[in-house]
Amino acid sequence: MSGGANTPLGELPGNPHAGEHGARSCGHPVSFSPATKAAFDRLLARYPTKQAALLPTLWLAQKELGWISREAVDYVASLLSLSPAFVWGVVTFYTMYNRAPVGEHLIQFCTSISCHLNGAEKVYAACRKKLGDLAPGGTTPDGKYTVVEVECLAQCDKAPAVQVNEDDFFYVTEEKLDDFLKGLK
Amino acid sequence: MAGLDPVPPVLTARVGTPGSRKLEGYVADGGYASWRKVLAGSSTGEWTPAKVTEMVKASGLRGRGGAGFPCGMKWTFVPPKEKRGGKPVYLLCNADESEPGTFKDRVLIEEDPHQVLEGMMLASFALDVKHAYVYIRGEMWKGAAVLNEAVAEAEAAGLLGKNVLGSGVDLDITVHRGGGAYICGEETALIESLEGKRGHPRIKPPFPAVWGVWGCPTVVNNVETLACVKHVVDRGADWFKGIGRNDRNTGPKLYCISGHVEKPGVYEAPIGIPWERLLEMAGGVRGGRKLKAVIPGGASAPMLTAAEIAGVPMDFDGLAAAKSMFGSAAIIVMDEMTDMAKAVTNISKFFAHESCGQCTPCREGTPWLNKMLKRIVAGGGKKADVEMLLSVANQMANGMTICVFADAAVAPVLSGVAKFREEFEAYVAKAGAPEYGLAAPGEVSAKVAGRTAAGMHD
Repeated sequence: MSGGANTPLGELPGNPHAGEHGARSCGHPVSFSPATKAAFDRLLARYPTKQAALLPTLWLAQKELGWISREAVDYVASLLSLSPAFVWGVVTFYTMYNRAPVGEHLIQFCTSISCHLNGAEKVYAACRKKLGDLAPGGTTPDGKYTVVEVECLAQCDKAPAVQVNEDDFFYVTEEKLDDFLKGLK
Repeated sequence: MAGLDPVPPVLTARVGTPGSRKLEGYVADGGYASWRKVLAGSSTGEWTPAKVTEMVKASGLRGRGGAGFPCGMKWTFVPPKEKRGGKPVYLLCNADESEPGTFKDRVLIEEDPHQVLEGMMLASFALDVKHAYVYIRGEMWKGAAVLNEAVAEAEAAGLLGKNVLGSGVDLDITVHRGGGAYICGEETALIESLEGKRGHPRIKPPFPAVWGVWGCPTVVNNVETLACVKHVVDRGADWFKGIGRNDRNTGPKLYCISGHVEKPGVYEAPIGIPWERLLEMAGGVRGGRKLKAVIPGGASAPMLTAAEIAGVPMDFDGLAAAKSMFGSAAIIVMDEMTDMAKAVTNISKFFAHESCGQCTPCREGTPWLNKMLKRIVAGGGKKADVEMLLSVANQMANGMTICVFADAAVAPVLSGVAKFREEFEAYVAKAGAPEYGLAAPGEVSAKVAGRTAAGMHD
């Protein structure tokens, strides 16, 4: 995972391997604010290895930066003494780390079986149509909405279920779609 | 003796009551009495880790996450202190609830988090754990916030931390959020993920009890299982054993009912109640329609027809006898209007999306099944496709892969096609697509025949 005999790759100044992965660039270097850095330090104390803090650190990065850019991957790698390629491999394994900027409202439609039985796919399609014929996973030109399909949200008794950013919405049927979208503004 | 008579809810008793999430309310309802009792008794020798483990063993509690493995027995697989080489033991609470149709752990976490924490504390005492983790799925933002608040409250009250309540016992609990991956509910994938890696299941053995997270002995228990531990210590093993169908299926159980019922939701009942009683609790099939099929244990469980599920006791053994599985007690009800080919296609989409990609039969097979099913329901299926679905499915499971994900992925396809074959064939017949141009064996060159035989039919 690391290059030098003693110094982990991520910590080398001017790491030659930084950016050697498929992440999209945000165009400028990134780093944590003092508050986020403090949260990161508290995090490290909860685990016996630095690497174990990778998922939570990526969460901190996403919260502060909005998405996981090439620069964010390199920065997180340096914080945790991991290679950027390893961090990128982890980022791409999980669905919730955004690898590109997303809209102000990240609208996630569950279309797994219980929501499917309650017509979720139709609502998902109708929502995309309503927001200007968005492609699956597409974002409106004003950057306000991203609409994406996700797997089971564990809200099967309130189908169709939708998650918008960190909030849950229930019984989002086609009839209620207008009210649902109005509620997001 | 075991009983199926209705009992007042235990696990969900506090759900929906004011202040159910707060430490103050929890303590007012008798919460943390067991934790205090066990800690106080630990210095006098009245309470020992072995005593707690014995209680859990005697209760007959089986894991509520899906596999139904006896909880107390799982704990005894952790090597004794002298054989651990100074390594710590870790307890991981599996809150990666992602099986389609399952939403019971969410209720426990969001509505009564201290109950789960107390279960973790008692399990930690039994297992000599100094640091326990809750691995909660990333999508449960609210659950993670509620749990973090509950941990902070417990720490402030001295119920967690160093030398808890002067007992000499140290215990920390950390809430760890996943990043969105169904496979992390599999215990070794969860361990890998907690270590900061991709959630790839490990080859077993070694089992986590011997070599788990950070190479240390580790016990992974489901949220509901740990909540049950609290009540076992509260009320005793006999009480727990007095609820349920028989000695192998004991205790109160949370059933998640969704799909085409009048009142979908989480229902607490003695484990093993008959199917009809459960359906009645959920208000029956929606709109007075007829029942067509039931998935009794989450999307991974083989589906049962209305006739097959009639009278089945809803527990581990009852559903195994009906050739399905109890799983996470996620019961998905489908009425007579359900298009079974579309339902199976939908489930195959889930598994194609969630395969971790580690083993070829699963990584390649799950999207293949999904593509074929999508083509069938889109009206482009060929007659041979139905048989090919079965052929592909049969080459993915039964030990072809590291974990049982592939077995889970093929269960709905195999059971769906076996039980509702005419619906798949109707799509194919309507499509009228030309058949595959199959050459007679003699026309196939020796080279191609050799390749086919080696690659497909062994």
